[in-house]
Amino acid sequence: MKKPVQRDLFPGALEMMILRMLQRQPLHGYALVQQIKRTSDDLLEIEEGSLYPALQRLLKAELLKAEWGTSSTNRRVRIYKLTAAGAKHLQQEVSSFERMLEGITRVLSPGEL
Amino acid sequence: MNWLKQLLLRRRIYDDLDEEIVLHLEERTEELVAGGMSGKEAAAAARREFGNVLLVKEDAREAWGWRRLEELFADLSFGLRMLRKNPGFAAVGLLTIAIGIGANAAVFSVVNSVLLKPLNYPNAEELVALHQIAPGAAGLADFRDGLLLSPSMYFTYAEQNRTFQSLGVWISGTANVTGLAEPEQVRTVEVSDGVLEALGTPPIVGRWLSAADQIPHGPERVMLSYGYWQRRFGGDRAVIGRNITVDSLPREIVGVMPKGFQLVDADFDVLRPVAFERGKVILAGFGFHGIAQLKPGVTIAEANADITRMLPTWMDSWSNGPGTNSRIYETWKITPTIRPLKQEVIGNVGEMLWVVMGTIGLVMLIACANVANLLLVRVEARQQELAVRGALGAGWARIVRSLLVESVLLGLMGGALGVCLAYWGVRFLVVLGPAHLPRLEEISIDARTLGFTLLLSVLSSLLFGLLPALKYAGPRTLQALGSTGRTISASRERHRARNLLVVVQMAMAVVLLVSAGLMIRTFESLRTVDPGFTDASHLQLMRISIPETLVAEPERVTRIQNDIVDKLQAIPGVKSVGFASQMPMEGYDSDWDAIYAQDQTYSEGEIPPLRLYKHVSPGFFESSGTRLIAGRELTWSEVYGRRPVVLVSENLAREMWGAPSATIGKRLRELPNTPWYEVIGVVQDVRENGVQEKAPEIVYWSSWVGDPHEAGYAWRTVTFVVRSDRAGTQSFLNEVRQAVWSVNSNLPLASVRTMRAVYDKSVARTSFTLVMLGIAGAMAMALGMIGIYGVISYTVSQRRREIGIRLALGAQRGDVLKMFLQQGAKLALLGVAIGFGAAFGLTRLIRDLLFGVTSYDPVTFAAVGILLFIVTLLACYLPARRAILVDPIVALRYE
Repeated sequence: MKKPVQRDLFPGALEMMILRMLQRQPLHGYALVQQIKRTSDDLLEIEEGSLYPALQRLLKAELLKAEWGTSSTNRRVRIYKLTAAGAKHLQQEVSSFERMLEGITRVLSPGEL
Repeated sequence: MNWLKQLLLRRRIYDDLDEEIVLHLEERTEELVAGGMSGKEAAAAARREFGNVLLVKEDAREAWGWRRLEELFADLSFGLRMLRKNPGFAAVGLLTIAIGIGANAAVFSVVNSVLLKPLNYPNAEELVALHQIAPGAAGLADFRDGLLLSPSMYFTYAEQNRTFQSLGVWISGTANVTGLAEPEQVRTVEVSDGVLEALGTPPIVGRWLSAADQIPHGPERVMLSYGYWQRRFGGDRAVIGRNITVDSLPREIVGVMPKGFQLVDADFDVLRPVAFERGKVILAGFGFHGIAQLKPGVTIAEANADITRMLPTWMDSWSNGPGTNSRIYETWKITPTIRPLKQEVIGNVGEMLWVVMGTIGLVMLIACANVANLLLVRVEARQQELAVRGALGAGWARIVRSLLVESVLLGLMGGALGVCLAYWGVRFLVVLGPAHLPRLEEISIDARTLGFTLLLSVLSSLLFGLLPALKYAGPRTLQALGSTGRTISASRERHRARNLLVVVQMAMAVVLLVSAGLMIRTFESLRTVDPGFTDASHLQLMRISIPETLVAEPERVTRIQNDIVDKLQAIPGVKSVGFASQMPMEGYDSDWDAIYAQDQTYSEGEIPPLRLYKHVSPGFFESSGTRLIAGRELTWSEVYGRRPVVLVSENLAREMWGAPSATIGKRLRELPNTPWYEVIGVVQDVRENGVQEKAPEIVYWSSWVGDPHEAGYAWRTVTFVVRSDRAGTQSFLNEVRQAVWSVNSNLPLASVRTMRAVYDKSVARTSFTLVMLGIAGAMAMALGMIGIYGVISYTVSQRRREIGIRLALGAQRGDVLKMFLQQGAKLALLGVAIGFGAAFGLTRLIRDLLFGVTSYDPVTFAAVGILLFIVTLLACYLPARRAILVDPIVALRYE
């Protein structure tokens, strides 16, 4: 079975966004999805379920850790936190993403042709 | 080991995930309900937004990378279930594999311990035997060990070499120990300085013999073996410093060597310093085994060159006495042929062990073919199931894998069972093995054997699993779904694989049976060889040594020996008694003399061929059953009078004087300046070095020789030979001991055995190979028969309906029977033909083990062919008979 390919997303983008969100504050899965949707002003369409395989991959890579706890609305939730390795990984991913974006932007910018 | 922790915790990880997803859906539903949706709608919407829950879960689980492993577990548990469901198949398959692997593991553990493992010395890798040859010395070609070292060689080599870390010489012998309990003859090894240093094994108690202990006539010190220390001193550590009476003189015990320590291939009780007297050493005296430890980085070629360099120095530094020419040894062309010590220890059993290993390997292949056949039948029966699995989406590779997992499971379980069998098998081999199989005490099942067994299990299971897996897991299987299985009649194609397996099995069985047959023929021809003695079971041997320290005068030695002969003669049931310096095949180091004939002229400095010589008593030939060809035996008056008389072997008589009768009265001597001896008798040739070896030319001196006016020289260590029907019985041995001790109570009896035991030991290599090949051949034949039986009975069951129709239409039962017998006979003939071809090539490998028979012996080939053919027909007849007993009505209704 193939790895899930996100609609409108390149591989690793979802992971990067998850890490970024969790860098601000620890969240549980449902809140994480809502947060991503809200922050992107619903520009990104994410199938909610696809979050979980990504979370499992990050857990295995030990970029995140998870703990059962209670949410503000008093629900039983599993809260994900960024680890030190995760923070470092995010930094690298973001900077390499920015370089790539800059390259694409230059190629796409109309003036130079 | 993080992954291991994760793996063990994976149940919890999966549970967490499941719960989390449920909570997620709940939270979303609640939110939607709060937004005004009905509960049912909300739940559906939440699910829709979430996506396929099952798929998400599977993806998420896959993130951990255990899917393959989990599939493997699934395959394994499925395989176990399948085995449990077919206990009959499982039992037959497991047993076949277990026996095959067990036999292989057992033989491999012997090969590993004897041939592969390094010797049990700290310096094992650097140890060499100082072997040398002398192609220029006539007669020396008969020396089994090449040219041994002389004491002067030892001095030169030890002092002048540039390539050896340490170097020494040793010789094994016997000595009498008295003063402990009964007088006892013990096995000794005399070592020079350098031997223990080269081997490097530290003593378990006390110290090594040192250079300071190598002083002639000094207070002698000895070391004990572990076994002797335990046996005689109960392992008492206070034994160091105590005295032990060896050959009537007290010697101080300075150390004990650890358990299992042997000096090269010599097992000993007492280790003594050889203590050469430098002033008396001459060039000759080539009787010592040389051993050395190479300096780091030195090759054997460099060491050989070093010895070659020292040989002229050796000739110049020593002499054989005034008036002799030292350079005479240049004509001997002495050449060092140093070899690794391991090779020396292993000797000639290597080839035999590899043959046995190869044989048992073939049996394994046959066993694999049988199991493959079983699996083919079973997979055929499971075709429906496989087709269903394929239809439900299982990939081709996945099905092959699950079938392979099943066979590997079978292989591994069989292997585990096989190791248990091997444990007993090794004990069996050790008991059965040649009595002098080197390193016997080191044989055990170690890690390497277990690794070999594991590898063998996996490889053989792939071997027998791959064929059925590839054959039935293919995409074609889908068609099987279409047919209901009701009317499948066996196509030719479906039988091809099974027939092929049977033919291969037959061919391999032919190879093994031919090899076993050749060994049987070898054994037969060995038995027809006249060894030079008769009725070995009624020949009692014992070795008695009279040391100089106990009895100094040669005359008294001879009197004691004569008295012993008389006392033994007086025992009821004794027919005749004699003694000799050694009996044939006893394997003690032999003695050689250059023999000059009076009626031949020799050029200046020419050394005539060296001849084996022995010392014998009057009556020796009569007791041992060695025929007199001409003349007569010695008499006691000739011995006491030291008359210059001698006997020779028939082949020596023919070589020197043409005919035995012409030899009587001729004269010979051993040195240009010694008196002439008159030949009074010629005796038949004796297979001195074993039945398979050519009989050497032998000179028989009297047991007491020398100038009648001087003390002369009496042979002190001799083997007594007593011919009696009571030989070997306990009561007889007690009387023999009493008879010897009534002459001198200080004399121990050693190597008490019958000549039959000596003979058996000398053919042990052949008989061991014979038994092993016999076992392998029988196993191969049984497996082959089971294979062909299986094929025929399967065909019969498949063609039941057809037979029913034939019989209903009026076919004769005899014709039906013939049909199946023909099928079997065709397979058998093909197998035998291919097997003959293979055997013709392969039996060449055991040519060196054969005697009196060629490797392509037509009798053996024919016998094996006929035997296999008959047994095959029998194996076909049993299932075929079932076919003709088919009731047409029943067979047709069967469907």
